[in-house]
Amino acid sequence: MRTPVFLLIWLVIAAAVFAGAVFAGNDYVFFAGYVVMQYVVLSTAWNILGGYCGYVNFGSAAFFALGAYSTVAIYKFYPLPIPLLLVVGGAVSGLVGFGMGYLTLRLRGAFFAIATLALAVVLETLVVNWDYVGGSRGAYIVRPEEIYPFGNYVRYLFLIMMGLAVGAITVARLIERSRLGYGFATIRDDELAAEACGVPTLQLKLIATTISGALMGMAGAPFPYYIGYLQPSSTFGLEYAVNSIAMPLIGGTTSWVGPLVGAVLLGSLQQIATVTISSAVNLLIVGCLLVGFVIVAPNGIIGLVHKYFQRKPDDFVGRRRVDPDAPEAVP
Amino acid sequence: MIFSFDLLINAVVSGVLIGGFYAAVTCGVSISFGILDIVNIAHPAFIILGSYVAYIFNITFGIDPIVVAIVMTPAFYLLGTAIYQVYYLSFEKRGQESLRGLAFFFGVLFITEVTLVLYFGVDYRYVEAPYIGPTLHFRMLDIPLRILVPFLVSLLLIAVLQLILTRTFIGRAIMAVSQDQLALRLLAVDPVRIKRIAFGISIATASLAGAFLIIIQPVEPSVGREYIGRVFAICVLGGMGSLPGTVIAAMLIGIVESLTSTFYGPSWAPAVSFGFLLLTLAVRPAGLLGR
Repeated sequence: MRTPVFLLIWLVIAAAVFAGAVFAGNDYVFFAGYVVMQYVVLSTAWNILGGYCGYVNFGSAAFFALGAYSTVAIYKFYPLPIPLLLVVGGAVSGLVGFGMGYLTLRLRGAFFAIATLALAVVLETLVVNWDYVGGSRGAYIVRPEEIYPFGNYVRYLFLIMMGLAVGAITVARLIERSRLGYGFATIRDDELAAEACGVPTLQLKLIATTISGALMGMAGAPFPYYIGYLQPSSTFGLEYAVNSIAMPLIGGTTSWVGPLVGAVLLGSLQQIATVTISSAVNLLIVGCLLVGFVIVAPNGIIGLVHKYFQRKPDDFVGRRRVDPDAPEAVP
Repeated sequence: MIFSFDLLINAVVSGVLIGGFYAAVTCGVSISFGILDIVNIAHPAFIILGSYVAYIFNITFGIDPIVVAIVMTPAFYLLGTAIYQVYYLSFEKRGQESLRGLAFFFGVLFITEVTLVLYFGVDYRYVEAPYIGPTLHFRMLDIPLRILVPFLVSLLLIAVLQLILTRTFIGRAIMAVSQDQLALRLLAVDPVRIKRIAFGISIATASLAGAFLIIIQPVEPSVGREYIGRVFAICVLGGMGSLPGTVIAAMLIGIVESLTSTFYGPSWAPAVSFGFLLLTLAVRPAGLLGR
């Protein structure tokens, strides 16, 4: 399928979802749907680096919060329209992603993971000490009630996030099928061999971190308008990091389908659990699902589906990957 | 701020003392990450678990937290070996430790934290012991006993670990497993067994570190998170897997953090370790005493 056709199909699906939500006649659908769409973007973004290149980013919350706080910083100066804020948030997060990658990606993979974990703590420290964006007290953003021609503002936010989700999926699929995607796959499967074959691994890894960081920042940019009151400890919350890792791993990391499936399933489940049980329990569910899936089903739901239909997951994506049942390597 | 000599001396001394405690917190990671190459980012969660175990026994039976921690080390050791077994069978054996193994530990970190929140809530918990409260005074120097006692026991712990690693057969095998597993096999030593033991020891230290933590400061479940960056910064700065390096790096970071919070304010202290981490990775990835 060619990319414009693919994009068109998803735009039609998105329009149908929006029409269905309007038809449901309850604005809570938009509130909940926004969060699910936000997770689609976050997990797709995480997967571009984590799933395609095999580098784990624990700092999704940091990139997300960077996007959110660049919005706050701009809002305090002059409230720009949200599409512009997306661009700014994406640029800031992308730049930070590039810088982080440049410092740590030349070393072993684990260092990058640890550095991203620490990045969240440090950025939180910076924001807490930065009074302009509210410091530890947090910042208020007054959201307009209505916006022409979308009517209710939450609908507008939902539409933006859904558009972003479609964009992220399209980018992920585009990468997957391009030269870039094959380069990423070589890094994931055997970085040393790739390097030896002349694949510019550092350059590719930097491209992946920048794209992934930028998408996460874009997901965060409209967040202050959605939440109305932005506070460091919740914006840098661990749940963004754990969700954006759990969703692709539960869905399946080899293609764009996995993060989408994982985010929609897990995101909806969490929305329901938050309302019916409690938010702490729903985080526990995510944690247990994550651990369970990485142990029992390393290829996620997509892997399970393909096992069920007696096809190797590889055929579907058209790319070779390491056989999970390979004989034991000499330890 | 007016420069004050008293303040400087006190900041440096308390930095050294806190650094000793940081060394105890980090030595487990030095073993698992430095020697075994297992990126156990859930280590701070086990430390918090240790804090809560000490808390429960201290509150219900009034036992000294350090005694509780020493008694509980075998339980933590067994927990560690069990976790390594799962990790080995699910990830190391299949060669998937880089992506899914990391996600596994992240999940374990998350589950431990949320479970503690569900059981104990997010209230700060603290313990009772005779040495919590009094302070030693030497001229202009103030040393709170609640920091001095963990410092001394931490140094003891590191010394014992260093002796085990350099003098016993198991310890030497642990050092060898990081260098050449095949050679170890030729000596009829099972590397997986050695790694299991080493990982057990690394988690066992979390029991003690947890008790120290709750002696020094009140603990709530998410406190562990701010130790993740610090612990790995110390481990990398000290030179992966070198215990003497860990102690030096821990004291260095302790002193710098203490100076930062004395002269710039405590809200900046968490950024120190990250700065050190990035600096080390950029300038000298092998660390201070790296092999």
